[in-house]
Amino acid sequence: MQRLEGLSKLSGAERYLDDEPLEGTLKGCLWGMTVRSPASRGKIRQISYGSDFDWSHFVVVEPRDIPGPNETYLIENDQPVLAPGYVRHMHEAVALVAHEDRNLLRRAVASIQVEIDPDPPVLDFRIAPRPDQIQRGTDNIIKRLQIKKGDVHAAFANAYKIVEGEYETGAQEHVYIENNAMSAWMEEGPNGDVVVVRGSMQCPYYVLNALKHALQRDETRVRVIQAPTGGGFGGKEDYPSTIALHCALLALKARRPVKIIYDRSEDMAATPKRHPSLVRHKTAVAKDGRLLAQHIEVILDGGAYVTLSPVVLSRGIIHAAGPYFCENVLIESKAVLTNCVPYGAFRGFGAPQTIFACERQMDRIAHAVGLEPVEVRRINLLRDGQTTSTQQIVSGGTDRHALLDSAVRASDYDKHKRESEAFNKTHPYLRRGIGVATVLHGAGFTGNGEVYLNSKVDVGGRSDGKIEVLAASTEMGQGTNTAFTAIAAEAAGLNATDIVIGVPDTFRVPNSGPTVASRTVMVVGKLIERAIDDLAVQLGQNGKPLRGSALKAAISDWHKKNPGKELKGRATYAPPPNVKFDDKNYVGDAYATYAWGVCIAHVEVDLRTAAIRVLDFTAMQDIGKVINPVLAKGQVQGGVVQAIGWALSEEFKFKDGGMLNNTLTNYIIPTSDDVPPIRVIFHETPYPFGGGGAKGVGELPMDGPAPAILSAVAHATGADAKAIPLTPEKLLSLLPQNC
Amino acid sequence: MNVFMPNTLAEACDLCAKQPDLIPLAGATDLLVHWPLRQSEHDKSYLDLSKLRELRKITWAADSLTLGALTTYWDVLQDSRAKSEFPLLCESARQVGAIQIQSRGTWAGNIANGSPAADGVPVLMAYDASVTLTSKSGARSVPLHEYYTGYRKSVRRTDELISTITMPLRKYDFSVFHKVGARRAQAITKIGLAVTREASAAAPWRVVANSVAATVKRCPAIEQLLQSASPIRKPDDFSSAIAADVTPIDDIRSTADYRRTVLARLLYHSLNGVCPSVT
Repeated sequence: MQRLEGLSKLSGAERYLDDEPLEGTLKGCLWGMTVRSPASRGKIRQISYGSDFDWSHFVVVEPRDIPGPNETYLIENDQPVLAPGYVRHMHEAVALVAHEDRNLLRRAVASIQVEIDPDPPVLDFRIAPRPDQIQRGTDNIIKRLQIKKGDVHAAFANAYKIVEGEYETGAQEHVYIENNAMSAWMEEGPNGDVVVVRGSMQCPYYVLNALKHALQRDETRVRVIQAPTGGGFGGKEDYPSTIALHCALLALKARRPVKIIYDRSEDMAATPKRHPSLVRHKTAVAKDGRLLAQHIEVILDGGAYVTLSPVVLSRGIIHAAGPYFCENVLIESKAVLTNCVPYGAFRGFGAPQTIFACERQMDRIAHAVGLEPVEVRRINLLRDGQTTSTQQIVSGGTDRHALLDSAVRASDYDKHKRESEAFNKTHPYLRRGIGVATVLHGAGFTGNGEVYLNSKVDVGGRSDGKIEVLAASTEMGQGTNTAFTAIAAEAAGLNATDIVIGVPDTFRVPNSGPTVASRTVMVVGKLIERAIDDLAVQLGQNGKPLRGSALKAAISDWHKKNPGKELKGRATYAPPPNVKFDDKNYVGDAYATYAWGVCIAHVEVDLRTAAIRVLDFTAMQDIGKVINPVLAKGQVQGGVVQAIGWALSEEFKFKDGGMLNNTLTNYIIPTSDDVPPIRVIFHETPYPFGGGGAKGVGELPMDGPAPAILSAVAHATGADAKAIPLTPEKLLSLLPQNC
Repeated sequence: MNVFMPNTLAEACDLCAKQPDLIPLAGATDLLVHWPLRQSEHDKSYLDLSKLRELRKITWAADSLTLGALTTYWDVLQDSRAKSEFPLLCESARQVGAIQIQSRGTWAGNIANGSPAADGVPVLMAYDASVTLTSKSGARSVPLHEYYTGYRKSVRRTDELISTITMPLRKYDFSVFHKVGARRAQAITKIGLAVTREASAAAPWRVVANSVAATVKRCPAIEQLLQSASPIRKPDDFSSAIAADVTPIDDIRSTADYRRTVLARLLYHSLNGVCPSVT
């Protein structure tokens, strides 16, 4: 099936918010901009508005204009909508300004001086804070979590070898093609005026909850509509709530529509990034390469507010021990508060960080016991019936050893390894190597998260016989609408042309949960199937569901008999049987299921420049049933490219906690010329509780490439790098002099 | 914003003479970067040279090649002789931005903009290019390696425009160009190197480096070292000559140490087996 919005995106016909003409609901629209903090921590002494401007012609919003609590509704509500007299990170929003002339507005905002009495900021999460840097509790710790299985200390006493390592990963910017964009206007409704927000976002109901909280309105007086969204990768999970509030506050004060479009440099500097991490491993290994004990410590930089860090930490530690069986595991972890931009959701959500450390550690274990990197993984990969670090019994039928073997075959691993070693003996300055990573990714929300979400999907039977899927899950470039159409058509026994996907609009669609966590096709897809079943049973006789043309005809007939009424099938989330998680002790089924993957990277290092080029990449994975092969392959390839950037070039340069290189000229994402051929191969083990038999695919591709590439660099050059991004400048220092 | 659009070079020179603050524009590819954010640039006055068709000529003479000031990278890539006579021009042109920039950006604009990271300038300098500066009061020719006087500073007076770039036609028996960027395309140069060796010349070597000093820099100490026949057995044997010629810094794109080290390695590996003293 072709991607539904493919043609309109390819041809440029798709209108993102910045493309929308200022007509209709946007008639008379003002442009909104944000006044930001010039310091990473301190008291706001004064905001001076430039004397060259007549401010009576501008709409200005300060914290006192917020009708309700000055809080962005999320896990802890500690992040203000606008800094209330005190700033905690560089570029934090302090005030808002709107005007109809966009260039005049830019100049006016540049004229505003925010004067700060500075306090000492925390800018390095790895160093314990001084007393004058404490800003939360007694130690700045946002969250501590622990996983404990068996007895690591006893196991260390009996180890053949103990391998220790310390691994670091950097922040990462999402670089969605469409910058953040939001609009807001007022409408009349039965209960009074309604604040309508329409913009680029992943999670309409997160935005709705944030508006309800800070504007003190119920859901009949706030309405959130998703606009076509040009990429998210987690970057539009929580932050659009803040921009929506900014836009709504300006629209409320101006009583005119307002549009806020971030410039790229503002978007890069001010919005959340991937959490930087420091992970320490201490592993007890048997002579034959078996893992006897894994002691892992994970520290994440949470940034200036709690935002999503506790859940990122949670997913991070559950993946920290990798797809391996080990009887004794102790994982200790914390997310710490700093005065950096709040770190937030980013594809993989903590797992790529901990998996990077785990996989680099596996290579070093292989080295310590004299095993080939593939071999040490083969020895330790989980088998069905064995348990993960949370003592979840692995099941589902995926043969991880077969997956590894077929990746080794598909990539010509042995041949490339031999040839690279021969090549390296003769070439004056090029070195080639091959590396491997084996990974897992839990699909859907962690632990009992899906139960708490209690997601709902409706399907509407329309008078023309078509079925409309009503869900808050968003299309943001990943193909949700296409996958949902395929799943709905299959479930209803109808053609794709008989399925309509409703626009996520909180006045029309129920809360199917956020569009995150590789959950959309698996969890929401399944709800669509069940909602269609519900509709089909309502229209059938004696509980016998209708399908195909009979269903379509019955829908039309129902409308003839019930003119003007709504026909709906509904479904609410029910967990798969026997999935139980103790979220106090982190014991049990951390995820309903996992996707599994193997990455093999072949690289070439130029010793003259220390530049690393990925020559060839193989991504082998089991994601359950593949719903749309082209889209699934695209997800994997895109993830590999994004991970290559994270691994090799996407380096943050900070000054006083602010991003210095906040342009696409100086923040280096890969170009098509930096991307190798990527072989994507799926093994399909259908997952009965996922939509169409699917598991999640969105995040898994981000997990394996970075460690596989560094493993290959180690093979090529002997440089045992433990931190990413491994820029040429950093690799140079690990290579011998006079290369 | 004021934009003047003269029809002839003479008209353009008149305008320059009258208004010393005019900023000449050829491809304007540097101007438009972050345009919405650079509000102060909106208030300046510009001299758009795009109508001066006379400056968009590539002229092959018996002993030289002349590029009009509006010659784009793409124009040179399309020129069949350029690839055989001046191969480094084509190599560097292909490394500038992407095709969109290559087809708008000009060699003269690259010189005038004065960035030490300019991709087009090192190869021109390695081919001993000279620049013709034209004003109301006449024209003068300046060797490109004497054009810059400091960071984004040059000998060009405000009433002068670059009208042409000329390179002598010579027989080279070796040439090499390296651009080291942070990625394989669409990158700003972290270290650049252009080297030529003129066949049977008394002083055959031209070595030019970029992004390692305040300007694109010809490297006389390295040239002399190559000519001196003193043995070079490893990259670090270039270190003292490099230290004499360039002054790299730590900045947002790289480090001084990386720049020095990589320059030495590029020189060593490029010249190993080419220059008899490098083994």
